[in-house]
Amino acid sequence: MNTENATDFLTIGGQEFDSRLLIGTGKYPADDLIPEIVAASGSRIITVALRRVDFAATTDNVMQHIPDGMQLLPNTSGARNAEEAVRIARLARAIGCGNWVKIEVIPDYKYLLPDGHETVRATEILVEEGFVVLPYINADPVVARRLENAGAAAVMPLGAPIGSNRGLTTREMLQIIIDDIEVPVVVDAGIGKPSQACEAMQMGADACLVNTAIASAANPVTMAGAFAAAIRAGRLAWLAGPGVVRAVAAASSPLTGFLYEQE
Amino acid sequence: MGFYECYAVYRDGALCRRVESTTDADVRRVLSKRTLTLEDFLCLLSPVAGLHLEQMAQQAHALTVSQFGRTMVLFTPLYLSNFCTNSCLYCGFNQTNRIVRRQLTVAEVDVEAQAIADTGLKHILILTGDAPAVAGVDYIEGCCKVLNRYFSAIGMEIYALSQADYRRLIDVGVDSLTIYQETYNEALYRRLHPKGPKRDYRFRMDRPERACRAGMRSVNVGALLGLDDWRRDIFFAGLHAQYLLDRYPETEIGISLPRMRPHVGGFQPGWIVEDRHIVQAMTALRLFMPRVGITISTRESARFRDRLLPLGVTRMSAGSCTAVGGRTDEGENPGQFEISDERSVPEMAAMLRRSGWQPVFKDWQALGGTVGGARG
Repeated sequence: MNTENATDFLTIGGQEFDSRLLIGTGKYPADDLIPEIVAASGSRIITVALRRVDFAATTDNVMQHIPDGMQLLPNTSGARNAEEAVRIARLARAIGCGNWVKIEVIPDYKYLLPDGHETVRATEILVEEGFVVLPYINADPVVARRLENAGAAAVMPLGAPIGSNRGLTTREMLQIIIDDIEVPVVVDAGIGKPSQACEAMQMGADACLVNTAIASAANPVTMAGAFAAAIRAGRLAWLAGPGVVRAVAAASSPLTGFLYEQE
Repeated sequence: MGFYECYAVYRDGALCRRVESTTDADVRRVLSKRTLTLEDFLCLLSPVAGLHLEQMAQQAHALTVSQFGRTMVLFTPLYLSNFCTNSCLYCGFNQTNRIVRRQLTVAEVDVEAQAIADTGLKHILILTGDAPAVAGVDYIEGCCKVLNRYFSAIGMEIYALSQADYRRLIDVGVDSLTIYQETYNEALYRRLHPKGPKRDYRFRMDRPERACRAGMRSVNVGALLGLDDWRRDIFFAGLHAQYLLDRYPETEIGISLPRMRPHVGGFQPGWIVEDRHIVQAMTALRLFMPRVGITISTRESARFRDRLLPLGVTRMSAGSCTAVGGRTDEGENPGQFEISDERSVPEMAAMLRRSGWQPVFKDWQALGGTVGGARG
């Protein structure tokens, strides 16, 4: 067990990162906030929707605001099935966005829920093609296991529906995934407050991806710092090993005390 | 069961009576709920709910920011042809109007596309009148092949097509369809559309679903506000959107709030739709359907559009021109209707940035060719 932040790295796809907060790019009032948010969050991994990237870059472009040295995590936002996700991933790699990809296959525009079956299919194809694949999934332990078996570099279960800021409503299933899955578990979507990110880390999650909660804050930069602190605190608490929580006071032993009674 | 049958359940007068009998307590109860039913939506369209506009606006704003961020997708219309065989009383392209009829050649489309692409826009909306003999699917297909070189997303707002023809155009890069029912009042619809193919109310009503089945990525419905009682038409447009959302979850469903504008022909709208009505309609739609796309066009004034930004809008047109060849032609050519917000793309982008909104020029990447999606 290690309590030194300096050596407690998040390892994904063979790379080590000294931050466990992943951030997004899609919802800020202006892209030029991105460098400040990166700085305040200390984040090392940033996701960007390929659908938003203008390759011709005739106008202001999200890519030019991402600081050097960040691990780019292109996502397949807009894909409705495995084939579309695979095409988007290939396109991202072809234009120089690297070989990491966050798979989002969302056939449900109403709730933005991911399709586990299609996500597994896309993961199998892209792992085969040499991508570092981080799939976004419902908090479904069976799908998480299939993805791990298919070679996913991490799994990204949702805490609550995207953009809902409702926190860890999938808590029980998240805990099973955290307990059973070997690859890093990144809680993605639904986290609305730093305290919720902290809780996910205390549960043993390896990292959190936070976009809406930072982007929709009145002050996104300050909120990015708050999430970074909460995630560090939660991680430290998990490393420290929290004490056992008891439902009842433990002062006496009404059921077994008789064993020690003198006759 | 198609949408017409779903619509028929609600079309009689009982609906309007329910709107009138909504109480203040009903509205308060709805505003405290997490998810809204169709009846709740109707409640928010009531005159009584109009007294709760600020709270509706606050809630609509919060939902929109959490779902879409502080972003606004920009697009611009490109009118390809104003030939028309219809006689829609409220439209400048009405076949009986004496206007110069014009259709862009494919070479002219290239020139206009270049001019628009120079502004940085990546989303284009192509429009035509209803004259398939002149501007047929072959012609539109040819135009799309040119537009693909300049734009990452092509939307169309043209005459009603068959499902097979929607599929054909999807295959050349069209990813969204906008088709308004104009009014959901069937009797009024017949009066407003005395001649031409558009007269077929049910055929038109069925088109959004046909486009979903053909695999269209995004489908937008709406009513032209001012033709009938706006509460009624917005209710049915919302019902239409919900019908599609429930049955075609993989399709991005959007709704537009076009309001009558002056145009050649001098038709006067039957109903006055005030700014506060547009606000009520928009916020009610957002609270009812948190994920639905909402479009506001340059039919609305610059001042009003600026104020609508935080209330639920996700897409706005910019640098618009409703005349065929209007961006490159020398002479004056009347458009389909008069534009109210005449700001250029850079002006719109600057306004959005000043207001704390990110102008989004590109929100889709054409993947080239068909990738699943079609059904039925």
